[in-house]
Amino acid sequence: MDSHAATVEAGLHHRDPELHNQFDTLEQQKDTAHLGMWVFLITEIMFFGGLFGAYLVYRNLYYPAFVAGSNSISIFWGTLNTAVLICSSLTMAMAVHSAAIGARKLLVGFLSLTLLLGLIFLAVKGKEYYDKWTEHHVPGANFHFDDPERPGEAPVPADVASQTSIYFSLYFAMTGMHALHMIIGVGILLALIWKASRGSFPPHHYTMVENFGLYWHFVDIIWIFLFPLLYLISRTPAMH
Amino acid sequence: MSTATQVPAALEMPRDTYLNAGYGVKSWFLTKDHKRIAILYLVSITMFFLFGGLMAVLIRLELLTPAPDLFQSDTYNKLFTMHGITMVFFFLVPSIPATLGNFVLPMMIGARDLAFPKVNLASWYIFMIGACFTFSAYISGGVDTGWTFYTPLSTSYLNTHVVAAALGIMIAGFASIFTGLNFIVTTHRMRAPGMTWFRLPLFVWSMYAVSLVQVLATPVLAITLILVALERGFHIGIFNPQLGGDPVLFQHMFWFYSHPAVYIMILPGFGVISEVIPCFSRKRIFGYSAVAFSSVAIGVFGFLVWAHHMFAAGISTYSALVFSLLSFIIAIPSAIKVFNWTATMYKGSIHFNTPMLYALAFIGLFTIGGLTGLFLACLGIDMHVTATYFVVAHFHYVMVGGMLVAYLAGLHFWWPKMTGRMYPEPPAQLSALITFIGFNITFFPQFVLGYMGMPRRYHTYPPEFQVLNVLSTAGASVLAVGLLLPMFYLLWSLKYGEIAGNNPYRATGLEWQTESPPPMHNFHETPIVTQEAYDYESMNEEEVVIG
Repeated sequence: MDSHAATVEAGLHHRDPELHNQFDTLEQQKDTAHLGMWVFLITEIMFFGGLFGAYLVYRNLYYPAFVAGSNSISIFWGTLNTAVLICSSLTMAMAVHSAAIGARKLLVGFLSLTLLLGLIFLAVKGKEYYDKWTEHHVPGANFHFDDPERPGEAPVPADVASQTSIYFSLYFAMTGMHALHMIIGVGILLALIWKASRGSFPPHHYTMVENFGLYWHFVDIIWIFLFPLLYLISRTPAMH
Repeated sequence: MSTATQVPAALEMPRDTYLNAGYGVKSWFLTKDHKRIAILYLVSITMFFLFGGLMAVLIRLELLTPAPDLFQSDTYNKLFTMHGITMVFFFLVPSIPATLGNFVLPMMIGARDLAFPKVNLASWYIFMIGACFTFSAYISGGVDTGWTFYTPLSTSYLNTHVVAAALGIMIAGFASIFTGLNFIVTTHRMRAPGMTWFRLPLFVWSMYAVSLVQVLATPVLAITLILVALERGFHIGIFNPQLGGDPVLFQHMFWFYSHPAVYIMILPGFGVISEVIPCFSRKRIFGYSAVAFSSVAIGVFGFLVWAHHMFAAGISTYSALVFSLLSFIIAIPSAIKVFNWTATMYKGSIHFNTPMLYALAFIGLFTIGGLTGLFLACLGIDMHVTATYFVVAHFHYVMVGGMLVAYLAGLHFWWPKMTGRMYPEPPAQLSALITFIGFNITFFPQFVLGYMGMPRRYHTYPPEFQVLNVLSTAGASVLAVGLLLPMFYLLWSLKYGEIAGNNPYRATGLEWQTESPPPMHNFHETPIVTQEAYDYESMNEEEVVIG
């Protein structure tokens, strides 16, 4: 047993330094990491799914309040942010491609661009939150919903006005959870940029960049659902 | 014929094991070895179990008499809340997966470790951080919501530290998600050559089903508890009827996790029993694929029955009908398992080692627990016994009589593999017997109490219920003895137990082919699998030839 154990132990120690002990080949290691990421994203879907479920219930119950709430948030900033996030997905995809062809400078460049776009998104989100705060649209003790000054429209009835609190709760919970994922993504991006600039992602070993790309696209897709659900409820006055 | 353990004289402990691969605090708290992480979990959940058990003792003492003797009603509310939260989230959910699963799953499939060892270690830390939150809520005055955190009671009417307790559970939930994720990926990607899906031990199948449920259901609990915390902290109104929110939505979201969580708590037990029964019957499992697929079926159907907790909460008649029907359907795969285990024993050569005694206790107790579940799935009866001791007895038969007993079966079964030494057989058999008897005396009277109308969660009751309550408390004392005994003799066996050897029970399975305790990387060379699981027949024949 001893001589054989010795060869196995020696085999474990003279392997590719990137290959972890529990794996036999780099390919197995890479496949495993990918599968792990996909399973994690499924978890994330269920996490947001709880919020989407609650949204569905209350939108059916309090549709007029959802329309009123939705009309009070800025479609301009929302659309801008959607565009910013889609662009950041493009730059992220380019970053993964750069890693695959071994272009280190391009990789760092695209990752930095992604970081920049992510920060722009968060800044715009912060501005929107600030506006809601000044309008007293944040649920809680100071919540107060006045019909925005739009001449020619009937004011929102009192009961609908109070029900918009539910809409705004969901708005803040859903975009807040999304923003939290963005903030975590920004943190990871900083680490990736630092590592990429030191050449830690050679073409045969850039799984971390690929996996982060999956995460980033996922967060992007969540926004693609949030945007119409929260910003675009019956924007045309003729509809109701 | 009482024991399958035939230890030849002069066995020696292996030279290099995972236990002596490193010494000192750092070698344990920074380990990436799945076996050491399993031990970390084992020690932690044993502590939590003792705490939860202490709460149970206090509850049973209070219920000895109809009058409130020991505690005020507020204190009593805190006791059963802390008992429930601790036992469910900090003992039962991690019990088999994070300890036994962590320890044996990689070995069963012939892998050197789990797919993500760092994530595995992180999950233990996350679990402990969650526990710190929840226990800080206990220490700073306790929580009295009930383990279910029903709104608006939990969000608007209580002044205890609900947020800390809920966030602790949410954090511990992520530990459970990461364990599940690790198991799924490991089972897919790390199997040894020749280890096809239908050669996997059934324990791996049930771990796989549990992991799917953990990964899919736990995040919903996380978001639900976050919403409870937000509701409590900022009065956002989402579960508050005064602000237009719907408290029943909370129940839907909570049970969407917590009913599947019942299967998180019982499926691992099924896995252990499926290992133990063939080994001590010296027979191939009856209907391997039926047992394997029934695990998956339970995992899937488990997601479709949550509203049977809410028949009395004002859900529509039609959805109640559908959920009732689905709840009956999920009994089928559970019954398949019970019949298969029984058929496995038929004409087997049965050995009454301790794990087998626990397994037999499991079959009996789980069957009672499962069948009374059918009473509760029945709309008419459920209306009568909702929130009574009937429900309490039912889920204790499943959770304690099922899962805890299966956990003890597994702990004894793999104890020689984990420590290299045998537990002492006579006291272990005795404690299995005491546990079985004590359990039945404790919980069987509660079925009757519930049927007669004694509601749960009150610290007083009409005097005519006293006889059965005294019986139940007396049974709890017996049960406590049965559960404390293993702690003593298992610790004793660490130093004085017989040396076990690689395969003390002559069991099939890759984990028995390596040394006990296993070396750091589990196997000296990657095993190659050429046989189905549970091929006890050919093993018995070989032994006849050799013998």
